[in-house]
Amino acid sequence: MADPMRIRARAADGIVDARVLMAHEMETGIRKDSAGKLIPAWFIQEVVCQLNGKPVMTAQWGPAISKNPFLQFKAKGKAGDKITVTWVDNKGEKRTDEATVA
Amino acid sequence: MSISRRQVIKAGGGAALYSALASVGFFQANPALAAAWKKDWFDAKNVPDALKAMGIASAPNSADIVITSPDIAENGMVVPVGVASKLAKTEMAALLVEKNPSMLAGFYEFTTDAVPDVSMRVKMGQSSDVIAIVKADGKFFMAKKEIKVTLGGCGG
Repeated sequence: MADPMRIRARAADGIVDARVLMAHEMETGIRKDSAGKLIPAWFIQEVVCQLNGKPVMTAQWGPAISKNPFLQFKAKGKAGDKITVTWVDNKGEKRTDEATVA
Repeated sequence: MSISRRQVIKAGGGAALYSALASVGFFQANPALAAAWKKDWFDAKNVPDALKAMGIASAPNSADIVITSPDIAENGMVVPVGVASKLAKTEMAALLVEKNPSMLAGFYEFTTDAVPDVSMRVKMGQSSDVIAIVKADGKFFMAKKEIKVTLGGCGG
């Protein structure tokens, strides 16, 4: 199981500003290891962000997103709302984490 | 760094296998994540191909799309880039790095509850233009910004 995400969300003037830090290798599939062998691609392909159980944003990523991806997004909401973020990588592994908007 | 044809085929084969397995429910995809990963979008190797794959005939430049990033990035492994759209009814925003082996870094689809303003960190192989493509009210618009990279972020 992958490490948990760190989610921080803050509300100001009816807009929730959420910052998510995920723990993932994000291998491109075109890098080689010290023995000259290709390291297989391993990266997050989809991210779904929900606010109070309702999807607000879905993202699809390619291998060009940096290792341990950072994502910041904004949505209409208020303090106390619940943010849920789910990612799925190209191996089918997934992780969901929740946070409450401060 | 060169990418041989063989490697490209190999990488493509893996992705194809994944989508085949996913399609038979091997990975028990979450119903909320039903949209299939747009492999053909991510496979595009240049801007015209990417636009074609995304079904975009033309995308005029728009001053209402703001790309936030440093002008010079020291480390190509982590380049912070933000895309914000002030266009009404923004549905989708995509970020492309023109000179990356896989051009499309990612794209974001917004519901009406979202504010189309996202930030991320991307890898950049070399100094290049980054292009933001925004779909608003059914039409496509784009914006461009050059980012100089001191140390490339691909290969290793």
